[in-house]
Amino acid sequence: MDKIQLGEYIKSIDQDLGIKEGNQYIEVTVPPSKLHSLAKQLRDDKEAQFDFLFCLSGVDWGQDLGVVYHLRSTIYEHVVVIKTRTSDREYPQFDSVSDIWKTADFHEREAFDLLGIRFTNHPDLRRLFLDSSWGFPLRKDYVDDINIVTK
Amino acid sequence: MLPDIVALNTSPSLSVPWWKVVYDFSSLTEWIDASLHNYMSPFWTSITEMLIIGVLILLFYAVIGLFLVYAERKVCAFMQNRLGPNRVGPFGIFQTIADLFKLLFKELIPIKNADGFLFNLAPFIVIIASFMAIAAIPFAKGLHAIDLNIGVLYVMAVSAMGVIGVLLAGWSSNNKYSLIGAMRSGAQIVSYELSVGLSIITIIILAGSMQLSVIVEAQRDGWFIFKGHIPAFIAFIVFLISSTAETNRGPFDLAEAESELTAGYHTEYSGIKFAFFFLAEYINMFIVASIAATVFLGGWMPFHVGHWEGFNYIMDFIPPFIWYIGKTFFVIFLMMWFKWTFPRLRIDQLLTLEWKYLLPINLVNVLIMAFIVLMGWHF
Amino acid sequence: MEEKEKNINPDEQQEYVINMGPQHPSTHGVLRLVVSLKGEIVKNIEPHIGYIHRGIEKMCESITYPQIIHLTDRMDYLSAHINNEAVCLNVEKALEIDIPDRIKVIRTIMSELTRIQSHQLWWASFGMDLGGLTCFFYGLRDREKILDIFEETCGGRMLVSYNCPGGVMYDIHPNFQKRVKDFIKYFRKILPEYDQLLSGNVIFHERSKGIGKLSLEDAISYGITGPTGRGSGFSCDVRKHEPYSAYDRITFKEILHTEGDTYCRYITRIDEMWESMNIIEQLIDNIPEGPFAVKMKPIIKLPEGEYYQRVETARGELGVYIISDGNKNPYRVKFRSPNFVNLSVFNHITKGFKIADLVAIGGSLDLVIPDIDR
Repeated sequence: MDKIQLGEYIKSIDQDLGIKEGNQYIEVTVPPSKLHSLAKQLRDDKEAQFDFLFCLSGVDWGQDLGVVYHLRSTIYEHVVVIKTRTSDREYPQFDSVSDIWKTADFHEREAFDLLGIRFTNHPDLRRLFLDSSWGFPLRKDYVDDINIVTK
Repeated sequence: MLPDIVALNTSPSLSVPWWKVVYDFSSLTEWIDASLHNYMSPFWTSITEMLIIGVLILLFYAVIGLFLVYAERKVCAFMQNRLGPNRVGPFGIFQTIADLFKLLFKELIPIKNADGFLFNLAPFIVIIASFMAIAAIPFAKGLHAIDLNIGVLYVMAVSAMGVIGVLLAGWSSNNKYSLIGAMRSGAQIVSYELSVGLSIITIIILAGSMQLSVIVEAQRDGWFIFKGHIPAFIAFIVFLISSTAETNRGPFDLAEAESELTAGYHTEYSGIKFAFFFLAEYINMFIVASIAATVFLGGWMPFHVGHWEGFNYIMDFIPPFIWYIGKTFFVIFLMMWFKWTFPRLRIDQLLTLEWKYLLPINLVNVLIMAFIVLMGWHF
Repeated sequence: MEEKEKNINPDEQQEYVINMGPQHPSTHGVLRLVVSLKGEIVKNIEPHIGYIHRGIEKMCESITYPQIIHLTDRMDYLSAHINNEAVCLNVEKALEIDIPDRIKVIRTIMSELTRIQSHQLWWASFGMDLGGLTCFFYGLRDREKILDIFEETCGGRMLVSYNCPGGVMYDIHPNFQKRVKDFIKYFRKILPEYDQLLSGNVIFHERSKGIGKLSLEDAISYGITGPTGRGSGFSCDVRKHEPYSAYDRITFKEILHTEGDTYCRYITRIDEMWESMNIIEQLIDNIPEGPFAVKMKPIIKLPEGEYYQRVETARGELGVYIISDGNKNPYRVKFRSPNFVNLSVFNHITKGFKIADLVAIGGSLDLVIPDIDR
C-alpha cells in the first residue's frame, strides 16, 4: 500500500486517529489508551502485517513526553509511523508493545532509562545504561552542572 | 654390518669405530660411578650421584622449558605470518630469559578467601609431576637417570599426577572460571589417559617389554611405527591426539580456553606460580613427545633402511642424542601445528571423541596387534 | 521450615552464576553478561550494558549537523564510514539537495570497503573466539590493506570521518582506483584461504552447525537485521529494499541463508565479502567526473520536520531519526543501532547451549559494544 491507501486503511480502523502525511512516511497519532490495540491490529491484519518494529524512540516534546514507533511490513514493504504522547511528566505511562514485537523489550528499556517513560506490562523494566541515581538525560529539563558544559 | 652392531652392544671393543664408543654414554657413566666408589662409601656414592643427576635434570628442565617457549613463539609466529620475538638477542633468543626474569620479579598476588595452602601447593604438584617423569626418559644409550623395568608405566603414572595439581588450583582459587576449568580438565585427563595407555599397550605387545631401554633396543632393525604395520600407525595417531589432550594443549585446551574461561584454572595465579604452570605445560609436552619418539619412532636409534649399508653407516654417524632430540622436536612441532591451526573443541565433543571413537578404535587396534604378534606377521 | 525448602526450585538452587565481562576476552569490549549456568549449560543470560555510554544522542542536541558526523564514527567504529553516510544522507534529504553521481559512487565504494574490512575483523575475532588464534592474524593482515587505502584518501584509518553534508571532505587520492583494484585482485586470491583455515575445518563445523538457531519469525519479531538476520532468511538488506547512494544502479545479490544457526551467519558474512567485491568492481572503473562536494551554506539548518534514514551497515540496519525544529541543532536525534537490537536476541538463542557455544554465538552476532551503548 502506498501512503494514501495506508491513510485510508488506518482511518477505517478508527475514525478518531490523527493522520498526517509526513515528508517520508505516514504518521498516525494515537492516544495512549488505544495504542496497544492499534499496534496489535496493525501487526495481525492480513492487509497491513506490520511485523517489523524497526525503531522505537522516546521523545520529549517540551510539554509532553511521547513515543514514536516506526513500523514496517516485511511482506508489503510499507511503513507507518505511530506517535503517542502524554502530558504527565511525573509519571508518564504507556502500554508496552513488547508482547507484540519482541524487539520492543530493549527499546522500551532504553526509553525508560533515558526519558523516564514507563511501560506497563513490560517483562523487565529496569534501567539499561545508567545508574538508578541518574536523572533522565534526554528530557529537555535535565540539568547536570558537572557533565554538561553549556556554551 | 648388522651383526657387528649387535656385538658392539654387548662389549665395546677397540675394533669398532671410535664414534660408536663415544656415543655410548654407559661407559662414561660407569667410569664416573667407579671413580666415585674409589673415594666414598656406597651410601655416599649414591647420594652424590643423585645430587649430580638432580642438578643436571633441573638444568635440563630449565633449558628445555625456555627453549620450548621460544620455539612455540617462533613456530606460532611462522604459522601466523609474523616475526615472533626478535628484539632481545639475535633472533630474540634471549626473549624467554627476559620473560623469566619478569615473571620472577612479579608480585605474587594473594587471593582473598582462597584456600592458601592448597593454592600454593598446586603449582608444585604440577611441576613435580613433570619433573619426576623426566627421570625415566632415555636420552641416548646409557644416558638416563633410572632404567626401570616398568619405565613406560612409571612415566605415564607420574605424569598423570599433574591433574591433581590442576584440580587443586581450580578448586582453591575461589574463582568460578577456575573451577569450571579444573572440572573440565579433570574429566578430560581422566578420559584421555585411557587412550594414551591403550595406544602404548599396542606397542608394548610388539616390544614385549615395558622397560624403555629394551623398547628402544628392539627398534634397532626398524622403528615400531614401520614394524607394526597399520596398527602401530593407528596407535601413533591416537597417541598424538590423546597426548595433546592430556597435556591440555590446543585444540584441546578446554581447561584454560582463554576465550571462554579467561585463563581457566590458572586465572588467579601470578608471577612465578603462574610460571610453574606455564613451564609444566611445556615440559609435559616435551615428555609426551619424547615418549612418542621413544616408543614409536625408535628413541635415539638412527634411521636405517634395510640393506643400504652406506646410508645406514652415515646415519650411524649422527649422535644418538641428536636423533632423540630431533624426533622429539618433530613430534612437538606436530603438536604446535595442531594448536595453531585448529579451533577448539567443545567439552561434550571432546568426550565424545574419546569415548565413542578413540577408545573403541584403540581396543580393536590392541586385538589386531596381538593377533599380528601371535602370527609373527610383523617385520 | 520444611515447607519452605520444598518450595525452592531445585533448578534455581543449582544455578551457578558467572560474570562474563566487562573485561573478558570474548565479549569484544565492555559488555557484561551475567550468565546463569547449570554445569556447563547456559540457563539464562542477562546483558548489562552502559559501561561506555557517552550520551551521543544527548550530545547531538547541542551540536551542529556537520559535528554530529564525527560522533557517529564512534558508535560502530567498524562501520564508521557507513554511519557518517547515514547522517549525511538524512541531512541532504531534508535539504532536498541533489547529489552528483561522483559523490554517490565514491560513497558506495567506500561503504563496501568498510563492509569488507569489518567482516575481516569479525572473521578474525570469530576464529579467535573458537580458539583458532591464527585466524586473527590472517584477518588483520588483509584488513590492514584496506586501512591503508583509507589512510591515503581520508587521512584516517578507522574513524575516517570522510563524509560531510553535501559530499565528501576531499577528492579521492590519485592512487585510489589502482590500489582498490590491486586489493580486489589480492583478496580474491586470499579469501579462499579463509575457507581453508576455518570454514572447511571439521571441528569448526561441529562447533557451529545447529548452534544458536534463530527462526525467521523470531528474527523479524526481534528486529534482527544485517548478516545475522539474513542468516535466518530475513530479507532485510536496506541496500536492496530502499537503495541509497549508488546501490540502485548496480546489480548484486542479497545473501540469504535459511538455517539461522551460527554456521549460516558465518557463511553469510563470507559470501557478503565476495558480493562487496563484485559491487566495488562494477563501480571502480566508472567513477564519473565532477565535483566531490556540493557547496553548502556555512550553517546548515534543517527545515522543521522529522527525517528518517536507513542504511545497511556491516552489522545491520542503522536508522538515523532526526527531529528538527528549524535550528542549527537537531531537536532530537535517535540512532537505531543494529547492535543494540541484535544483542536483545542473545539470551533467546543461547539458552540450553554450553558455555563454549555462548562464545561462538556471541561471535556470530558480531557485536560492537560502543554501538550498543552509544
